[in-house]
Amino acid sequence: MARFVTRRLVGMVVVLFAISVLVFLIFNVIPGGDPGKRICGKNCNNALLTQINKDWGFNDSLPVQYVTMMKKVFTGELVSYSSQLNVDQQIKKGIPITFSLCIGAAVIWMAFAIVFGYLSAVKAGGFTDRALTILALVGISMPVFFLGAILLLYLTSKIQLFPTAGYVSLTSDPVQWAYHLFLPWITLAVLFVGFYSRVLRSNMLDVMNEDYVRTARAKGLSERQVRIHHVLRNSMIPVITLFGLDFGAVIGGGAIITESIFSLNGVGQYAADAITNVDLPPIMGVTLFGAFFIVFFNALVDITYAWLDPRIRLGTEAR
Amino acid sequence: MATDPWAPPYADPTLPGEVEQDTGIPPAPAGVPVEGRSPWYLAYRRLRRNRVALFFGALFIVIVLFCLAAPLWAHLVAHTGPDTNHLTEKIDINGQPTDVVNVDGIPIGPGLHGKFLLGADANGRDVMVRLMYGGRTSIFIGVMAAFVTTILAVIFGILAAYYRGWTDAVISRAMDVIWAFPVLLLGIALGTALSVSGSGLVLGPIHIADDSIWIPILIIGFVYVPYMARPIRGEVLALREKEFVEAAIAQGAGTMRIMFSEILPNLVSTIIVFFTLNIANNMLLESALSFLGAGVRPPHSSWGSMVSDGYEFLYSAPHLTIIPGLMIVLTVLSLNVFGDGLRDALDPRAKVRLEAAALEESH
Repeated sequence: MARFVTRRLVGMVVVLFAISVLVFLIFNVIPGGDPGKRICGKNCNNALLTQINKDWGFNDSLPVQYVTMMKKVFTGELVSYSSQLNVDQQIKKGIPITFSLCIGAAVIWMAFAIVFGYLSAVKAGGFTDRALTILALVGISMPVFFLGAILLLYLTSKIQLFPTAGYVSLTSDPVQWAYHLFLPWITLAVLFVGFYSRVLRSNMLDVMNEDYVRTARAKGLSERQVRIHHVLRNSMIPVITLFGLDFGAVIGGGAIITESIFSLNGVGQYAADAITNVDLPPIMGVTLFGAFFIVFFNALVDITYAWLDPRIRLGTEAR
Repeated sequence: MATDPWAPPYADPTLPGEVEQDTGIPPAPAGVPVEGRSPWYLAYRRLRRNRVALFFGALFIVIVLFCLAAPLWAHLVAHTGPDTNHLTEKIDINGQPTDVVNVDGIPIGPGLHGKFLLGADANGRDVMVRLMYGGRTSIFIGVMAAFVTTILAVIFGILAAYYRGWTDAVISRAMDVIWAFPVLLLGIALGTALSVSGSGLVLGPIHIADDSIWIPILIIGFVYVPYMARPIRGEVLALREKEFVEAAIAQGAGTMRIMFSEILPNLVSTIIVFFTLNIANNMLLESALSFLGAGVRPPHSSWGSMVSDGYEFLYSAPHLTIIPGLMIVLTVLSLNVFGDGLRDALDPRAKVRLEAAALEESH
């Protein structure tokens, strides 16, 4: 186990390094423009540009530039030149909101995906299955901003059921917190409900043909028991793997549009504002934050898996 | 790992030649010589029976035709261009002259008048005309980006799987790094870095201006490469061990010939399915990027950027958000359903398995 963890952590560090290089390439090296001008932002002037070129060392060799950039990110010196705000602090400020949004949405999407996927698989080919398949496809085909806009228009304005925007922190008022986050949760969850219910459905259809399911039936277990304890449980493994990856991705930047539609001042909204203002340092910071979080979360998922399932860690070590 | 978490939710692609079940054709009567039927014909027969998929395929074609008809509508009916402002004009509605954009800055909504059939936007531009022209941009980006993705993914997938060893290691690790980013975030990072005024992209001798439509195309095409290269690599890994490759080697065929004229044709059914679904994903990503301001840039406009422009009037002029948004949903949905049907037709194993399971259930 210790060997597996070490290997996985080393792998994680390598990927993190590669990611930071890719981000560096995107912002500093892509041919076609002056990186200083890109970072400078909207209110650029010559003095600021000279300052930036000196700070970021754009006249140095590429490896030196890379080190300069990473130093800025890790020591918390990354500053937006248009707003004069520190990027790391702004990201830290947004994290509680982003986490509230993503964790709530994740609970909703898993719950609905399991129910829909289960119903769809059990009634495969029937009316329920077809209706749920179409619903899932609609969910997958719906741009997040469109769904959010429709919900806002009809449920906060035409029928005033929910508050339009804003965030109430969990510690100050849990009920208001959930009430304010309800529509954002739904908006973020719909895509994943569609996708996961279909994955679960096809997994369950596969598992239903397994020998151990036949054995379970032959033992005389009730159909319900077979479906829940044998079919559903075994079909959940790939779904949970997927969940680990997607949850990391949602926190690491997948919620940008949801946050900006519902004016939740999280990390995503920060990135969305930066795009509007063509302000590159925050985008650089958020991109790195997002990618780091995803890689870290994936490593965590893998390690948990290895801990739960010895075949994985033994399989990897045998290779 | 026991299961590959990244395996697409589809069944493993089947070579068309191996298909025996579910041909959709009754067995030939005895005594009549059996005619050979190509796998493509069989797939076509299966697709033809899938009414829902055909309906949505037709819907997509209708949407494309609708967008192609943009100049006709603009010249013959609306008598205005997509970027022409009518801020100060009045039009006749039920015999009453009405401001295109009223004093509060609220544009007129949809109504049965040739000009401004779907209303006007905040600049007094005809939404119908803009919708048709914007759809051209959206669909063009979706299709072109799908070509970029497909070409890169096929080349990298085949190279990695055929040569294996360090070629595979380099390609696969590079793909993993791109994969570690959420698609939207990587698109935003590239979109903002490339579209800052006066920057743009230089690819060897080609210079792409910062407001060119090719910037979002290349970004979206690039971002999705790993999602397609990985399954292709997996398929080629299996194909390269097949007898026909051995036979080609024995005949003295070179590596290029084996890769591109022996292996590639066997990938066509997978590529077709991925290509269709890829267009749908590309259009979604394009609309998201444009909505955030990191995609299509003025003077171009797409359905995503139309929503982005109209979103601030969500409560006063909701048609500016709903109309282009609905077009995105319809187009993406039609591609997704049709792509699903294509997959069932070209990869019948998934369907057969499904029906077997359903049969078992009904007992």
